[in-house]
Amino acid sequence: MKAFLTRRKSLLVAASAALALSLSACGGGTGTTSDPTVAATPTFAAGSTMEKLSKAGTIKIGTKYDQPLFGQVGLDGKPIGFDVEIGKLIAAKLGIAADKIEWSETVSANREPFIQQGRVDLVIATYTINDRRKEVVSFAGPYYEAGQALMVNKDNDAIKKPEDVKGKKVCSVTGSTPAATIVEKYGAELVPAATYSACLEPLRNKQVEAITTDNVILAGFVDKEPEAFKLASDETFTKEPYGIGLKKEDTEFRNWINDQLEEFAKDGSYKKAWEATAGEVIKTAPELPEINRY
Amino acid sequence: MDAILENLPLYWEGLLRTLFLSTVSGVIALVLGTLLAAARVSPVAALRGFSMTYVEVLRNTPLTIAFFFAAIVLPRLGVTFEQFEVAAIIALSAYTAAFIAEAVRSGVNSVPVGQAEAARSIGMKFSQVLSLIILPQALRTVIPPLINILIALVKNSSVAGAFFVLELFGYGRQLANTYGDQVLAVLLGVAFFYLLLTVPLGILASTVEKKVAISR
Repeated sequence: MKAFLTRRKSLLVAASAALALSLSACGGGTGTTSDPTVAATPTFAAGSTMEKLSKAGTIKIGTKYDQPLFGQVGLDGKPIGFDVEIGKLIAAKLGIAADKIEWSETVSANREPFIQQGRVDLVIATYTINDRRKEVVSFAGPYYEAGQALMVNKDNDAIKKPEDVKGKKVCSVTGSTPAATIVEKYGAELVPAATYSACLEPLRNKQVEAITTDNVILAGFVDKEPEAFKLASDETFTKEPYGIGLKKEDTEFRNWINDQLEEFAKDGSYKKAWEATAGEVIKTAPELPEINRY
Repeated sequence: MDAILENLPLYWEGLLRTLFLSTVSGVIALVLGTLLAAARVSPVAALRGFSMTYVEVLRNTPLTIAFFFAAIVLPRLGVTFEQFEVAAIIALSAYTAAFIAEAVRSGVNSVPVGQAEAARSIGMKFSQVLSLIILPQALRTVIPPLINILIALVKNSSVAGAFFVLELFGYGRQLANTYGDQVLAVLLGVAFFYLLLTVPLGILASTVEKKVAISR
């Protein structure tokens, strides 16, 4: 009968663990915005995409709905995050108020098709610029440079940089680029998981010493459970330039967005957007990376 | 096809890990299951109750939950393992033992009551009746269902791939992530290697069945 009781006890523990998991899945997000000032009567060259959007008074922007701090949608249906703020800033320059933006969810797999089919005018969705993607869409930016980082338990001060995980157990998603980097370059022992969120429990139970992937994903986890986890450091050790996706060959629009990004950096709205969102976790405010005008 | 051919060593490693998990869990489950079945038919009420509870709980719980207990909940209760394989073996053998217990019990029930009565009448104790008279006959009749359970065990071990153990399925997923354009081939490869393990088991089942079959 004792064993039976023990099992009941573990059932309870598991049930509460599962509950905690599901609760933490919907928490997080700060809900603050940088409230950009909408341009009153912007003028644009006739026939340009900017003029079209400005006249229409609305813009379709795709972002991620499940990436805390960058693009996340809560139960109220309003997207929040740094990507969202960048979208609002651009819209404001076109004379479009934040509530006139039509948001839609662009997951990793549908970003290129959505741009090509014109279902969105812009994609701002933790979208890494790379050559293969440049074949089918154009990129303004980069507006942020993400990179691989390490997340550890709050009380862990032994791991600060990737060199510290040599021979230690690190959780990441099987077959992903960060997983390969941490094993091949830094000699960590990989604990393979199906998703990054699956790594959280082993980290909590100290079965692994760290989780590694892009810093923005990790920052999202820290944002949900700041009392349990922290980033090992604000420094990253790879480069993932995030760009704004738009229709290929719309160079005029691309150059205009690039100009605006530099403008945001100059007038402080870029920093403000960061501090209202991702800056809650990643304290070092980023400099606008050098714009890639190709 | 390149994805499979270039990564045969990975498949091989996965196959060995799957074989290891299945064999160790299978042996533990066979022993544990037989003990549970013996407890189920024993004269001690507490043993019968424990065995029944164990079997009903484990048999009616999804395997994933069992894995979740072993890999996530146990460490939280302070029982930590150096390797996730240990958690996988605990989950697989605990789960499979419940099914083996039921199979063995059905075998025990198939032995005519007269056998036990005759054994008792010549002064055998319960343990002797069970180990010398009932179980040898019972186990023979349950070879086919036992092999079925072991085949299921081999396939069930793939759940370990979702709980941090790189076995056949785990490597399959890793390859599917890397070769996004050849996912179908990669998974067909995984299926093929599972068949390498399970088909011989099935053949073994029919051979053994013919050898030990008893006519009543």
